[in-house]
Amino acid sequence: MLAARLARAIARPLPQCRRISSTPCRRSDALFMHRDTPYNNPKIAFEFSSENLKRAQEIIAHYPPQYKKAAVIPLLDLAQRQNKGWTSISVMNYVAKLLEMPPMRVYEVATFYTMFNREPIGENFVQVCTTTPCMLRGSYEILDTVCQHLGGIKPGETTKDGKFTVIEVECQGACSNAPMLVVNDDFYEDLTSATTKKVLDAFTKGEKPKPGPQSGRHTSENSAGLTALASKPYGPGEFCTEEFR
Amino acid sequence: MFRPSSATKVARPFRAKLRRSFATVQDPPVRHYGGLKDQDRIFTNAYCRHDHGLKGAQARGDWHRTKDIILKGDSWIIQTIKDSGLRGRGGAGFPSGLKWSFMNKPGWEKDPRPRYLVVNADEGEPGTCKDREILRGDPHKLIEGCLVAGRAMNATAAYIYIRGEFFQEASHVQQAINEAYAAGLLGKDACGSGYAFDVYLHRGAGAYICGEETALIESLEGKQGKPRLKPPFPADVGLFGCPTTVANVETVAVAPTICRRGAPWFASFGRERNQGTKLFCISGHVNNPCVVEEEMSIPLKELIERHCGGVRGGWDNLLGIIPGGSSVPVLPIKKCEEVLMDYDSLKDAQSGLGTGAVIVMDKSTDIVKAIARFAHFYKHESCGQCTPCREGTTWMMNMMDRFVEGRGHQREIDMLLELTKQVEGRTICALGDAAAWPIQGLMRHFRPEVEKRIAAFRAEHGPVLFGGRLNSQTDPTLAIPDNLGANLPEVEAPAQQ
Repeated sequence: MLAARLARAIARPLPQCRRISSTPCRRSDALFMHRDTPYNNPKIAFEFSSENLKRAQEIIAHYPPQYKKAAVIPLLDLAQRQNKGWTSISVMNYVAKLLEMPPMRVYEVATFYTMFNREPIGENFVQVCTTTPCMLRGSYEILDTVCQHLGGIKPGETTKDGKFTVIEVECQGACSNAPMLVVNDDFYEDLTSATTKKVLDAFTKGEKPKPGPQSGRHTSENSAGLTALASKPYGPGEFCTEEFR
Repeated sequence: MFRPSSATKVARPFRAKLRRSFATVQDPPVRHYGGLKDQDRIFTNAYCRHDHGLKGAQARGDWHRTKDIILKGDSWIIQTIKDSGLRGRGGAGFPSGLKWSFMNKPGWEKDPRPRYLVVNADEGEPGTCKDREILRGDPHKLIEGCLVAGRAMNATAAYIYIRGEFFQEASHVQQAINEAYAAGLLGKDACGSGYAFDVYLHRGAGAYICGEETALIESLEGKQGKPRLKPPFPADVGLFGCPTTVANVETVAVAPTICRRGAPWFASFGRERNQGTKLFCISGHVNNPCVVEEEMSIPLKELIERHCGGVRGGWDNLLGIIPGGSSVPVLPIKKCEEVLMDYDSLKDAQSGLGTGAVIVMDKSTDIVKAIARFAHFYKHESCGQCTPCREGTTWMMNMMDRFVEGRGHQREIDMLLELTKQVEGRTICALGDAAAWPIQGLMRHFRPEVEKRIAAFRAEHGPVLFGGRLNSQTDPTLAIPDNLGANLPEVEAPAQQ
């Protein structure tokens, strides 16, 4: 009976009608949907290592017991670190189970925040800031240098050897040290094309260059010599009112 | 006997005195702001040249007799902060003492709920990098500030919400928290005062909108960072449904020093209603960009010349300055010469102090492109909750992108301004306003530049319809909607006098 109905359905000619044409649907920066792929599907198991589980319990203890879900962002971050820098569907499901919250609530969080990568990334995650303060100091040249130096990839792509992923990011909060880029967790500031290449080369060799300004200055002081805080800092009780001496 | 010629015999300097009228009023001495001394700087390790750990911090005067401050009680701390004239350093500039006092409404003791202080270290405003220096150089000032501010509002715990990108900074703060617990400065009996207080660090995950007060609370609760409607205000229903106050890092971190050195000391800096010292971060086209703590009300020009080695290519090479981070309007060179860096002076100049992030642009800057990049930023960071902001930021971005090359119609400038007015004030949080103001500032001071580009593009490519399509590319056999400006009469620009 079923077979007969199926055959009838197939035999029916496709309706000939004109579709309403529409503009292509424009996606946001990243695809918000999940589609099962061989490398990202719920069947791939994920679990915290015992060390991370201990840290997770510690983090959960920071929040009131009835608000365990407040720990979702720190836990996703912890899990992402364990999962080679990206948040797969099983990572999200695992965190949801651990925090006893609906998986959908975790997906919502993971899609909202830009630091959760929902696709695999390379070994070194290079993020070049191009917002205006950096742009004024030539960050697009830095971005071009990075892309050229890594074999002509585009922002958002990974190199063929899987060593680098490059993306363009919004302000990272180191504007007095512009232009800058972030590799994994470290800020490399005061860049020029030459120092950018130097930093990338070091990472290619598997070394980790010293984070911070690459121009020789210490942090965000005036590079031509201190204009403030040049003297020895004052000690406890100095300049305080009578009762707090 | 009066002899008119006698005056001529009087010695010269004396004569000048004689001419003076009888009025005894003297001109008040003109006070000049700026030139803060090192001894008056609060963040003595802003450049990380010293130890950021507990020992180094104590050597620089942190945690000095904190117990006595705590034992003074909530009303004393709040009164001190009120007297010092401290205003919120996160951008809005709300008086801090007043804000903290909202937590202690009559009868608050009967409320069994826990009470929270949330420190906003989600520094993401383009141009701003001041909190970073506090977090990595002086983390103990912040932790001590949490305790003092927490005592003032009778809070039970503080959460420091730090942006996820600040990894090194977060580890410094975590180290400071651990050290403070180990030394008994925090916990059940904080500093031996009998007051129980906890401080937790919470790392965000990269969303600018979480710097907004209620979005930050939502994010801390483990949800998407979408701002809440106010009222109820966080002081009534905030984090986890409990009374909460959200304060900027700098505001909280200066509190212990103000308590120790006295409100009159802090109030002696800056103009009336804008007292205190402030961290300014200068970026862009200056010779030596830096972060520096200076007196409020320092003239903008002096700030740049004294601490940053001046504008690249000299002051006359200046095009404009954004004085307070991406969300305030740009100022042209003429105004930059006269404004003082404080809330009121910049407000009078139709801009704002914001976070004290000075972005300097010299004549080589493509100002339209710079502002268009901000439009990109706001489009990227809009949370998507309110329609005017979600759609408006995208729309503004598209129009600004076209104006960069001049692909637009002269009338579209006013349309864009109209659009910014439609977004401004019609959203839950201030991100809509923040997206609108840079564009309004651009059109206020640099409109001729935009018009010039539109005219140049038109001269090269022929008339452009609203929306950026060239008239020459339209198919004359098809009907074109009448509202695309295809058939508008040509009007010459009024001749320049």
